[in-house]
Amino acid sequence: MIAVRLLVPPAALRTALGPDAAGALDEMASTLAASPDRLGRLFPAAARRTSRGPLDGTAHRAEDAVRVELVAAAASAIDGAALLAELREVYRYGDADEKRAVLLALGGIDARSVDASDLLLDALRTNDVRLVAAAMGPHAARLSTHDWRHGVLKCLFTGVPLTEVADLDTRADDELVAMVRRFANERAAAGRPVPADATVLLSTSSSEA
Amino acid sequence: MRIFDPHIHMTSRTTDDYERMYAAGVRALVEPAFWLGQPRTNVGSFTDYFDALVGWERFRAGQFGIAHHCTIALNPKEANDPRCTDVLDVLPRYLAKDGVVAVGEIGFDSMTEAEEHAFTRQLELAVEFELPAMVHTPHRDKEGGTRRTLELCEASGIEAGMVVVDHLNELTVGPVDEAGCWMGFSIYPDTKMDPHRMVAILQQRGSLDRVLVNSAADWGRSDPLLTRATGEAMLAAGFSDDDVDRVLWRNPIEFFGQSGRLMLDEMSGEIELTATFEGNSILRGARASS
Repeated sequence: MIAVRLLVPPAALRTALGPDAAGALDEMASTLAASPDRLGRLFPAAARRTSRGPLDGTAHRAEDAVRVELVAAAASAIDGAALLAELREVYRYGDADEKRAVLLALGGIDARSVDASDLLLDALRTNDVRLVAAAMGPHAARLSTHDWRHGVLKCLFTGVPLTEVADLDTRADDELVAMVRRFANERAAAGRPVPADATVLLSTSSSEA
Repeated sequence: MRIFDPHIHMTSRTTDDYERMYAAGVRALVEPAFWLGQPRTNVGSFTDYFDALVGWERFRAGQFGIAHHCTIALNPKEANDPRCTDVLDVLPRYLAKDGVVAVGEIGFDSMTEAEEHAFTRQLELAVEFELPAMVHTPHRDKEGGTRRTLELCEASGIEAGMVVVDHLNELTVGPVDEAGCWMGFSIYPDTKMDPHRMVAILQQRGSLDRVLVNSAADWGRSDPLLTRATGEAMLAAGFSDDDVDRVLWRNPIEFFGQSGRLMLDEMSGEIELTATFEGNSILRGARASS
């Protein structure tokens, strides 16, 4: 059994969803607790069976919160290796929304035995900012220093706010700052604006130096 | 003028096109899976393409304020290559997804046995997944191909109202209309159909029911703005704004809404979206309210 932190507490999510959608979520979650290998079948239709769009009072989307809870239900019944296999399959055949939900679920898994760095790197190769942002959540602690720095730079490049990057304060190092400085210099030389997040990162690091 | 292009291959188009389409009033579209010009040689080539239709292209369209949907299928031309036909086994994964609003493009290219097998199998999938079917009619022997298409659709048990037979012309519209299927017209610069011939067909038929007008723009000589040009030709011929809205916006929503998988719920507020169409919920997946 692997614990998965939810995006939204179960009761609050159900209240927001309303009785019909909450009932559909309960039904899917209990199915997965009994048959976790059904995750790939239930994931694609999860949004249309429940809800889609911003969830009032939270920073999350309804379909993300629902899908992360589905992952948690499946994870309650299997070990890390089996969960990883399921998530890889769901991600591989998922549309962008499903892929994002897998990445968000990974961000809620503290067990170090679950390492889906390969999925994060796949997401970071895309130019879909929703995937890039989700890839730089807490699970990115498993990325190598090299890959993590390039992930941060990709966020700056594609306009993903650095507030989306987990552990930025503790993990930013001199090499990341040097990379961001070169990026900022290149932008300045071209007469193009330097993203505010880059400026903030550079000023913070110089004040600490 | 708000426009829903029910058949356009955006993978083959540039961001300039997205900008021009938005400026012309296009707010939603359907991109059918089709032949890319260069024949594929393996199943993986299809799955990467399908992944792009439900991934990158959807994101790209969204950046330009356009809601992107797609249809998924093994196209008729490549149904003839045994290296590709195993793709039929992976279609169910994609047909379950949000935003996948039909099985298509299916149908005939050269009227072979292999095409007929793939066509029949995919009509079965449409029934199984409760999806509409988008049927391409051949460039050569369009009349014969359309006739056989209608026979196979009827034999499959799919409801006529769940089928659009596309790329019609003056000679093929009649039988499709009589069969009760939806009629698709691809407005091209110089081949399949042009705006004025389209207007003439609408005038002659006297009803706007079950009519879809698309640009079918792709990697060939084509124009994504010919939907708009058709709307203008309709107005010039005396059709009302409401008639144009019916053909270019409400009809595609009625047809593809039957899938329950349209994703128009987060479009910009400037377009008035009706949450129900004739009492049926189109935008499945209610908004979370609190």
